[in-house]
Amino acid sequence: MSGEPILSVDRLTMRFGGIIAVQDLSFAAERKKITALIGPNGAGKTTVFNCITGFYKPTGGAIRLNHDDGRQSALERLNDFRIAKQAKVARTFQNIRLFPGMTALENLMVAQHNTLMRASGFTFLGLIGVPTYRDAEKRAIALASDWLKRINLLDRADDAAGNLAYGDQRRLEIARAMCTEPALLCLDEPAAGLNARESAALSELLQSIRGELGTSILLIEHDMSVVMEISDHIVVMDHGVKIAQGTPREVRDDPKVIAAYLGTDEEEAAAVMEGGS
Amino acid sequence: MDYFAQQLINGLVLGSIYGLIAIGYTMVYGIVGMINFAHGDIFMIGGFIALISFLLLVSLGLTAIPLILLLVLLVAMAVTALYGWTVERIAYRPLRHSFRLAPMLSAIGMSFVLTNYSQVAQGARVKPVPPIITGGYTLHEGAEGFAVRLSNMQIMVVSVTIVLLAMFTWLVSRTRLGRDMRACEQDQTMAALLGVDVDRTISMTFVIGAALASVAGMMYLLYYGQVDFFMGFVAGIKAFTAAVLGGIGSLPGAVLGGLAIGLIETFWSAYFSVEYKDVAAFSILIIVLIFMPTGLLGRPEVEKV
Amino acid sequence: MTALSTETTQASRTAAIPFILKKAFLSACVALVLFSLMIGIRTEAGPDGQLTWWTRLGDLASIVGLVFGGSIVVELLRQWIGPTGAEKLVPAPVQRSLSLAGRFLGPALLVFTLLVPVIFYNQRYILDLAILVLTYVMLGWGLNVVVGLAGLLDLGYVAFYAVGAYSYALLATNFGWSFWVCLPLAGMLAAIWGAMLGFPVLRLRGDYLAIVTLAFGEIIRLVILNWQDLTGGPNGVSGIPRPSFFGIPLDNSDDGLAAKLGIEYSPTHRIVFLFYLILALALLTNWVTIRLRRLPIGRAWEALREDEVACRALGINTTTTKLTAFATGAMFGGFAGAFFATRQGFISPESFTFQESALVLAIVVLGGMGSQLGVALAALTMIGGFELFRGLETYRMLVFGMAMVLIMIWRPRGIIGHRAPTVYLTKAQAISSDLVKEGHG
Repeated sequence: MSGEPILSVDRLTMRFGGIIAVQDLSFAAERKKITALIGPNGAGKTTVFNCITGFYKPTGGAIRLNHDDGRQSALERLNDFRIAKQAKVARTFQNIRLFPGMTALENLMVAQHNTLMRASGFTFLGLIGVPTYRDAEKRAIALASDWLKRINLLDRADDAAGNLAYGDQRRLEIARAMCTEPALLCLDEPAAGLNARESAALSELLQSIRGELGTSILLIEHDMSVVMEISDHIVVMDHGVKIAQGTPREVRDDPKVIAAYLGTDEEEAAAVMEGGS
Repeated sequence: MDYFAQQLINGLVLGSIYGLIAIGYTMVYGIVGMINFAHGDIFMIGGFIALISFLLLVSLGLTAIPLILLLVLLVAMAVTALYGWTVERIAYRPLRHSFRLAPMLSAIGMSFVLTNYSQVAQGARVKPVPPIITGGYTLHEGAEGFAVRLSNMQIMVVSVTIVLLAMFTWLVSRTRLGRDMRACEQDQTMAALLGVDVDRTISMTFVIGAALASVAGMMYLLYYGQVDFFMGFVAGIKAFTAAVLGGIGSLPGAVLGGLAIGLIETFWSAYFSVEYKDVAAFSILIIVLIFMPTGLLGRPEVEKV
Repeated sequence: MTALSTETTQASRTAAIPFILKKAFLSACVALVLFSLMIGIRTEAGPDGQLTWWTRLGDLASIVGLVFGGSIVVELLRQWIGPTGAEKLVPAPVQRSLSLAGRFLGPALLVFTLLVPVIFYNQRYILDLAILVLTYVMLGWGLNVVVGLAGLLDLGYVAFYAVGAYSYALLATNFGWSFWVCLPLAGMLAAIWGAMLGFPVLRLRGDYLAIVTLAFGEIIRLVILNWQDLTGGPNGVSGIPRPSFFGIPLDNSDDGLAAKLGIEYSPTHRIVFLFYLILALALLTNWVTIRLRRLPIGRAWEALREDEVACRALGINTTTTKLTAFATGAMFGGFAGAFFATRQGFISPESFTFQESALVLAIVVLGGMGSQLGVALAALTMIGGFELFRGLETYRMLVFGMAMVLIMIWRPRGIIGHRAPTVYLTKAQAISSDLVKEGHG
């Protein structure tokens, strides 16, 4: 681990009433790497995500995002939309949250809201149709088309997002997050509900996002084949605490991880972990 | 101090009436998840039914006031309950699984229908009745000649409210119907799978809500000595405010909210200005919703991400 | 649930005449109980405050008979058309061709509207009605921004109409400012009030939002009613100056427009001028709304309607987005209000009741939320339909209420239920209303 991580979570704690969902969790996500957050159901993964992306206010701890230019954002202090706008953290949702009544293209245009808003002079210049706004809109459409091409949906650009197939919607949601040009992309179970072929395409897409664009990715995933294939670093959680971390190989062989997943029956657990690799 | 005590009594009486109406809102909201905009008008219809049945009974030669009141109460509850049932059947049931704005607009339409139906049927003029229950007690004779009075009428309003609430609480917590209602409130699909007749349960919710509103209408008639076709609108909004204030979906909350709104309105009128009493009530609604969106006894709603 | 209800409708579909008669009989029984006291007996306060009553058994009998007959007809219709008859009444191909025809219908309607004063020059009644319709078209378009685009339910829209009307009325009568100065001011004041309403209700959703906006509308009306020093209370404001043709009065004087143009004065000039004025204002509203939809702010409004959480995750400031929607809608309401004041010459709180808000909302929903053409058609239908009942003043709201219920049952998604995309790569395809969300409010 060299260099400053893009995201460092330090002693993050989240309580709901008397229930402790996440306790003293610390981990880091490396720059231009894919970090996976795994753990059994109810381990608190989505809660961590919601803390990072500002949907929950953490009870304690610090979440730092280190930008390329050395700027640092304290995510626990920013709220909702500012995390996406200023700290450049984009996310997707476990149960897809597209704008179903808008076209695929429109979905990607909405993602470029802040850029376009500035270009339109906060609506006033756009209303009278200044050429600079028209150029900005053209660029936005070009970026959106580019992403549609990447996710293989260019021919569905003018279809309502709600009409797309499930796997297409998943990819469109990732493309939409990428259109905000994030520094860190957070994916909440991107492979959920995908078949083997779609999962493979997803892995490819995520690797190209990391490799070609150099965007750091943090993901929650249950599909071990995806996790093991693409992750550079894995953090394992159970009952709100970190129980292990390391490379896919290290994690796979960690008895604590196996125990967490399948009680104490190590042989069975090992079989599952192996099957995933 | 005496003045304050008197206003407290008046406020509690008014609050009882609001509370009775508020239960209808909160029940319907709990089960169907819509504001029954026509509920205020159901209250108004209840007042009219009470008035007309009262006139009829008196004309028939009945003189025993308690008997008359009991009969009026029963007739008003029965007929108004049927109004509640009909409104649900015509305007809401066909829209149960429709787009969410539809039942709301349908309810607003139904409210207009009921308001103007009574205007057409009974005329626009205020209908006065002479005081039926008179007398009362002087609780405290003030030094400046101001006496705190508790009229028999006020005693009746509050005691009827308490009795009805007790019956109603029993109904919801101890009977099969109450259990079905609570089941539908949690999850209609699941309730249906477990053999709850959802349509019937929802119908009964409207029936019970309307019956309680009719009692409120009758109390209003007796207490203020008049009814008119437009009284449902403002009373309805205030009762809804009460339901929200108490925490929508919560039955004790509705009563608590009703009392709070009654007190606020009475004290505002007594100490500030009568003209702005409705403004005060509506402002309270807005303020409560901003700072306490779940009301006094409501369940907090967690945003699912 | 759904399975259950289809089963029962299936059953009723195949039912025979005895079933229908039984159902009608039951309906008649219900009607008898419902109406026996309310219609069978009429009460009235006598001259000395004593209540008197008399029976109207004939009316009661006829209305119960009507319910019996009506129930048979409805049941027959239902069997004839089928359980989902309401949907099938306008089949999908017709809907599609409707939306296609919409492309030509819009311009055709516009041309016709432009020619109305020429065609009906001598028919004052029609001109007045046309002005009224256009006022509601404008209000509908204004509210459409809030309800149709941003998906925020506003039951107090009439408040902004009132703010606009009173702003113009008070500025013009107290300071003698001209209509053209006051118009933007009225719009701005209404927009400020819109933002003020928007601010506290930002966190509210759905029915809560509805009831708070309703309360807000009532507060404004009550304040206007009770602040007698400023607003004249229930007596309203009278003697509101008529609009001038950019400074040239439209009257019989030597300075009047007629004299300047050297034509004979006619009071119709002013009506025609008012007609084109409201048409211009309405078209401005339409133009701005169409433009805004294609700008980031408009897309953010629609995205907000679709999914607020996703908007926040994309870095959209939902607070300002909501506030601008409220303010924009309110501004158009304010313009319409200023026009209303100058047209009437007299305003009072009576014109700004909840019924007006409900009427405008009904226009927006009937129009098909978000559709500009649909709103215009709905306004035409509603106000025109309202006009048919002009002679029967007391029955008017009754019929309006019934119409609202029936329309919601018939077409909950409005006349034009398709959404047109704001940007496209190859081809703009209409999006079915089943996909379009209705927003949180």
